[in-house]
Amino acid sequence: MSKEILACTVNGDKQSSLIDPRDTLLEFLRDRLGLTGTKEGCSNGNCGSCTVIVDGQTLCSCLMFAAEAQECEITTVEGLATVEGFHEVQDALVRHGGTQCGFCTPGVLMSAVGLFNENPNPNEDEIRLAIAGNICRCTGYEKIVKALQDVTANGEVA
Amino acid sequence: MDLFNFQTPRSIPELIAAKNSANAWLLAGGTDLIPQLKEDRRKAETIIDVKKIAAMTNISAEQDGGLNIGAAVTATTIAQSEIVCASYPALAYSVALIGSRQVQNRASLGGNVCNAAPSADAVPALMSYGALANIEGTKGKRSLMVEEIFTGPGRTVLEQDEVLASITLPALPENTAAVYQRFTPRREMDIAVAGVSSRITLDANSKIVDAKIALASVGPTPLRAKAAEMTLIGEVPSLKLFEAAGAAAASDASPIDDTRGSADYRRHLVSVLCRRTLASATKELIQGDLP
Repeated sequence: MSKEILACTVNGDKQSSLIDPRDTLLEFLRDRLGLTGTKEGCSNGNCGSCTVIVDGQTLCSCLMFAAEAQECEITTVEGLATVEGFHEVQDALVRHGGTQCGFCTPGVLMSAVGLFNENPNPNEDEIRLAIAGNICRCTGYEKIVKALQDVTANGEVA
Repeated sequence: MDLFNFQTPRSIPELIAAKNSANAWLLAGGTDLIPQLKEDRRKAETIIDVKKIAAMTNISAEQDGGLNIGAAVTATTIAQSEIVCASYPALAYSVALIGSRQVQNRASLGGNVCNAAPSADAVPALMSYGALANIEGTKGKRSLMVEEIFTGPGRTVLEQDEVLASITLPALPENTAAVYQRFTPRREMDIAVAGVSSRITLDANSKIVDAKIALASVGPTPLRAKAAEMTLIGEVPSLKLFEAAGAAAASDASPIDDTRGSADYRRHLVSVLCRRTLASATKELIQGDLP
């Protein structure tokens, strides 16, 4: 019926795709583009597993229609690492073992990148606040917070 | 979710024309609307994205010193706005309590008002600043006090052809301060068990000449604590006065028992938060400890 064309940029690549107006951005990323790094957890904005960055702002991609992303620049977890290696925040999580089952990790990474883009030197409270919308049922957050504090201490964020 | 027609009007007249049909809903942040659609709690034939309308996404200073905030402006934009932080800090503080950062980056001020949740965090601050809701429809424009919009949980006075275009915060008199505090078991991602915003204006003799106290989560709509306000007018701030105002505010509240708290507990929270917010607002205006 009323399909429309979505034109946007995902991880630096221009995309043009036919979408259903009911598609969420999450469904577009996973099902149309095959970018399955972004996870679907609760589907209503509580868990943060589907966090991506759209035009510089972190958001839950389950709470946005793909049709709203017209002309937007989107970064998913697949856009963080480069051929040279992991993004600093990914590297810190690996060093500190800040991940267990890994399901929340893409969302945590995107929230952390969003934080460091805005505030290169956050304190512990600011770090905890920034990842408050990302539910992790494995780690108890300690190692995630320690990893993000290490990024701060090293001043390594790109 | 049934298929709907997705529209992105560029002006308020285009928006009103699109809204004036059955099951047409406005989409700003979508943080409430999208879960409602997914769970079939709301049916939509038309979804209208309002974020391409400049008048609804801007913050602009009014000539008389007030501030106009477009209904689609996000919580994050408001929380980071220098002019809001300087002139209406209780609003900047309250919008930064909504959900998580991901939610604040999307959620709009107009959505927080129009969803008409009794717990809406931005609303008590708007009410204590005396904010106006600017509504436009096929028959023209009207402006109401924000508290006049609500008719019940999730219900407003807006007609099918009407939209909330913006919120106007009036210029405040000298010696005015407002503070919002809420109680939640968890600091973030939680809904107020009770919330209180208190605004006072003092005269040159440090007497309270204006007070507006608004309560969240203790009634079917956000509500003004008018008995509490009356106890304050003409008086000099003191701890005893604020205790009395808190007690009056508890009787202004009409809470229910639910999973987040009992009615009695909520009344108690209102009295405590009312006293604390009044003391905190006074501290911004008067040096030293309260008598």
